[in-house]
Amino acid sequence: MKFTKLLATAAVALGMATTAFADDKTKVGFVYVGPVGDGGWTYEHNKGRLAVEAEFGDKVETTFVENVPEGADAERVMTQMALQGADLIFTTSFGYMDPTINVAKKFPNVKFEHATGYKQADNVSVYSARFYEGRAIQGHIAGKMTKSNIVGYIGSFPIPEVIRGINSAYIHAKKVNPDVEFKIVWAFTWFDPAKEADAAKVLIEQGADVILQHTDSTAPLAAAEAAGDVIGFGQASDMAEFADGPRVSSIIDDWAPYYIARTKAVMDGAWESKSTWDGIGAGMVGIGEITDKVPADVKAEALAMKAAIADGSYHPFTGPINKQDGSVWLKEGETAQDYSDDGLAGMNFFVEGIVGDIPE
Amino acid sequence: MLTLEKRPQPSKAFAYLTPIFAIVMTMIFGGLLFMALGKNPFEAIRTIFWDPLFGEFAFYYRPQLLVKGGPLILIAIGLSLGFKAGIWNIGAEGQYIIGAICGAGAGLAFYPMEAWFIFPIMVIAGALGGWAWAMIPALLKVKFQTNEILVSLMLVYVAEQLLASMSLGLLKNPDGHGFPGSRNLKDYPSAFNDEIITGTGMHWGVLAAFIAVIFAYVLLNRHMLGYSIRLTGEAPRAAKFSSVNPTRIILFCLGTSGALAGLAGMFEVAGPSGQISIDFNSGYGFTAIIVAFLGRLHPVGIFFAGLLMALTYIGGEMAQGNLGLPGAAIQLFQGMLLFFLLAVDLLTNYRIKLSRKEAV
Repeated sequence: MKFTKLLATAAVALGMATTAFADDKTKVGFVYVGPVGDGGWTYEHNKGRLAVEAEFGDKVETTFVENVPEGADAERVMTQMALQGADLIFTTSFGYMDPTINVAKKFPNVKFEHATGYKQADNVSVYSARFYEGRAIQGHIAGKMTKSNIVGYIGSFPIPEVIRGINSAYIHAKKVNPDVEFKIVWAFTWFDPAKEADAAKVLIEQGADVILQHTDSTAPLAAAEAAGDVIGFGQASDMAEFADGPRVSSIIDDWAPYYIARTKAVMDGAWESKSTWDGIGAGMVGIGEITDKVPADVKAEALAMKAAIADGSYHPFTGPINKQDGSVWLKEGETAQDYSDDGLAGMNFFVEGIVGDIPE
Repeated sequence: MLTLEKRPQPSKAFAYLTPIFAIVMTMIFGGLLFMALGKNPFEAIRTIFWDPLFGEFAFYYRPQLLVKGGPLILIAIGLSLGFKAGIWNIGAEGQYIIGAICGAGAGLAFYPMEAWFIFPIMVIAGALGGWAWAMIPALLKVKFQTNEILVSLMLVYVAEQLLASMSLGLLKNPDGHGFPGSRNLKDYPSAFNDEIITGTGMHWGVLAAFIAVIFAYVLLNRHMLGYSIRLTGEAPRAAKFSSVNPTRIILFCLGTSGALAGLAGMFEVAGPSGQISIDFNSGYGFTAIIVAFLGRLHPVGIFFAGLLMALTYIGGEMAQGNLGLPGAAIQLFQGMLLFFLLAVDLLTNYRIKLSRKEAV
């Protein structure tokens, strides 16, 4: 294709230009789905970007574009970064998967890193975090702390990542509190403070005194604070500003170590395509400070679980676990596989005990 | 003292001059805004307006202008017909979504068969889908005198839910490992809305937009129906007396704008975007309202307004990536454009008069 050739020529020409004039600077681009000030998902990716800058100083130049819609716009933004001489581009939303692959084809010399997807190529790596490990700890605390035995859960979209989180939280809440019940509201958005607040209010009205959220804004915590006597957790980011209020802990995405390592790999010429799925052990998933609202014994149990997950002695999905329909998913002592027919990667079923259907 | 005096006739000269005036004002105040953010205003304005057209990588951005502007023009042309008649279809975003769902659905129904007639069927399905969605507010208005602004706007949210449902259910890629989103139509040659001439950005949707511009021009200037539309908007009482059938006008205007928005969605999903996903829509239907007004509801004006709007998007992304301007500043900049346009619009109908204060 002529166009591809044209692009490639330009990229090569530019590549030579950059090596000639600024051979010591590695250019790293970031494509964000939300605003950097969302206080959650994109905020943490941006923190990772700043960490790269702090680590390498003058040796790197980072750029980012925020609020990039998934689809054709994402493709254009990535192409633009590649044309401007980026060496490495992080695309930080699931919906950027096909655009990343498309652009990567046109720029074989640029390295791409796509978050939370599954399509790899010679110059495209994929990476994600095992958030469900954090959810297990959340579930434990939620099960212990709820007085109404109703835990509200704000889901974003019914995709494997979110379903894993719900299952993990439910299993561990149920383990310590057999009477616990999960009420799930699907917000169908990753970031929409108004919708998230509405979802939280609905759940609180239905008796939930613990709110778990898989959406990115702090609105559910604000709603919990307004309702009083309701607790919640920071999502994606620590959300420590609510620590005096409803926030008792949090799941923190810590992309900094990964971003630094991958940038370093590009600098050293050691970058290669791979699939990374790290959790608490590797430091990609962090558990935010557990506040004093949580009784000391519960906190100790939660931290013990964190340590066990980190060193690999405990897997949050350890059998016996049945699926919602009662059929056996994991036998006694069996742990879930990452990639198999009923594996974690493509999880699309609830475990036994959760009421309600996954919307289609 | 300055006073406003109504012109006996709207000024023709100002009708043409105000958009240019608005653009200049936007550049000035936008420049001040960028300066306040610590950026070089001239560099920022150059990056937004000049670089995509004549910069180093213009060979890539010029075609992208068509890709981004095409759907805007197509939708805005449809909207302008209604706006001229005082029929306010605010829900083009919803019609765009439904058109995309119907178009993609019709194409995927044939998967993996390859045949020449698949794409034309998709085009028809997309247009029909958008038309049908717009018929809801149209029929409700005709039958029950409901407000089409509210109904069409609310139907956007219904369409978004439907879109989520389609990406998670009916249209979900069976080979997608449980992740949401349809098959990528780019990998299905019979359904792929490819560039007509490689490297130009000119796909069938852009061509359709050009044809729509010509048709709208002929309709409004040379056709009885176009005359009736204009009359309904400009002099409703006169329209009544000259036996214009308001029901027919409402059905035609909403139906046409819906069909064109549906077409835009269909061409987008089959081409630049490639797949139905939860976040498929990225605001074309709403931005097209700005485009319609920026283009003075005139087909040729809309053509240029669409390209200008596309330019601010593409240039805005470049300014973010290259100069580190925040995304919100770009949105503010785009907002200014409409604001100034409406503000200076006053001069079309009024003139400023310098009058001496009268003695008391």
